[in-house]
Amino acid sequence: MPFEELLAEDGRVEPRDEMPDAYRRTLVRQIAQHAHSEIIGMQPEGNWISRAPSLRRKAILMAKVQDEAGHGLYLYAAAETLGVDREDLLDQLHTGRQKYSSIFNYPTLTWADVGAIGWLVDGAAIVNQVPLCRCSYGPYARAMVRVCKEESFHQRQGFEILHTLSHGTPAQKAMAQDAVDRYWWPSLMMFGPPDDDSPNSAQSMAWGIKRFSNDDLRQRFVDMTVPQAEILGLTLPDPEIRWNEERGHYDFGTVDFTELFEVIKGNGPCNAERMAHRVKAHEDGAWVREAASAYASKRSSEAVA
Amino acid sequence: MTSADYVLGLADDALVSAQRMGWWISRAPQLEEDLALANIGLDQLGQARSLLSYAGTMLDRTEDDLAYLRDDREFRNVWLVERPQTDFGVTMARLLLFSAWQRELYAALVTSSDATLAGIAGKAVKEVAYHLDHASQWVIRLGDGTDESHSRMQAALDAEWPYLDELFEGAPELRPAVLARIEQVVAEATLAVPEVAPVVGGGRHGLHTEHLGYLLAEMQHLHRSHPGATW
Repeated sequence: MPFEELLAEDGRVEPRDEMPDAYRRTLVRQIAQHAHSEIIGMQPEGNWISRAPSLRRKAILMAKVQDEAGHGLYLYAAAETLGVDREDLLDQLHTGRQKYSSIFNYPTLTWADVGAIGWLVDGAAIVNQVPLCRCSYGPYARAMVRVCKEESFHQRQGFEILHTLSHGTPAQKAMAQDAVDRYWWPSLMMFGPPDDDSPNSAQSMAWGIKRFSNDDLRQRFVDMTVPQAEILGLTLPDPEIRWNEERGHYDFGTVDFTELFEVIKGNGPCNAERMAHRVKAHEDGAWVREAASAYASKRSSEAVA
Repeated sequence: MTSADYVLGLADDALVSAQRMGWWISRAPQLEEDLALANIGLDQLGQARSLLSYAGTMLDRTEDDLAYLRDDREFRNVWLVERPQTDFGVTMARLLLFSAWQRELYAALVTSSDATLAGIAGKAVKEVAYHLDHASQWVIRLGDGTDESHSRMQAALDAEWPYLDELFEGAPELRPAVLARIEQVVAEATLAVPEVAPVVGGGRHGLHTEHLGYLLAEMQHLHRSHPGATW
């Protein structure tokens, strides 16, 4: 079926189907950026594996960071169905030609940040990603179904970390509040710029890659999160948050996107460190990857002989 | 009857090894290996938790009391697992020695008259068989890969070998089977069995390298900074 008809019927585009080059390029960029975000996202939480305050929390955190590596694998595999390869995408990440989510350029300063990332950052990711399970490109949509299931598990774990802290000692509660204070606004920025300043959105909507606007998703996240903050007994750092009966939504303050644009430009608190960590891991592992492929080709030439 | 000290030895081996393994997550040579090393670390952490809980029943302490509130002189792990490791070849050499020993140890403990220990061993023996297989495959690939990987893998094996002996303290009967397995892998990897003298270790008696103190300082500081808190 021709591409336009398939989209009109809300069908799924599969790897062998005809598709416009621009559609393919947009998907590669978006899926690669998503995969890169998963693997860079291992760093801020991985930062607390060695210091997790109980063995149970250590096990949960190790499993969570491992899940992120798994998400990276599904997503690189989805991107590969579009005719690119993982090595090449990693190279684009390492040379700064492809981006990852700016949220991972913020530091995890305390244990409560692990909870805040689970609750807020994974919560925002879920709101962004659930509609992607209906994305017009089949392999991406199917990868997102698995990712979303695991993300909602992570979000509950993050909530539970903060719930335990906010019902713990005064120092623990203060730690939880501080983490929420620092992660709230960056989480709202995860939905991207406001609709009237989002140049690629309209085309992505027309292609069925994007299903809802940035501002609609941001509102959905605020509506979901405010009642949860009340259960936690924590305050969101925005005095303008209040229920608006007429709109049927929570009103909230204006997001200051100048900070987001600085972080995207590379001036966030951890941009340089995240990239250096990633590039070092890749370079330090080069001899291992070379050895594995040398070994594999020796074996296959033996098999031929 | 099993002594708490004996169980702590096995628990601390697994815990300290898991702590070192956790470092690799986000630093592995490829994404598949981030997953595999996390898996191995999680298995070891699970073994440590079961064993610490069991020791805790004898000592009236929780797994977290034992992990977070003992000082290094009270830890009972061998030296093999506690030294820093930031080279993939070293990690695989160490895992080969450690898991080959654990494999024989847990296989023997499955028939222990101590039912709790036998139960823990029954689960662990399957896990460490996978660790041993993973380490073996990497030692072989790296040994028989490129010239560079061959010399790095040999150097890693030479560096870990002096710490092998300590594993057999109190159970010398495991040595032949463990060595046979390791030597088979070393041969297939086209490497040489190191001829180096064993180090005089003392981990089972609470005498450690200088490295353990730093590992514990990092692992324990948050827990100890909030006495009595729940996490």
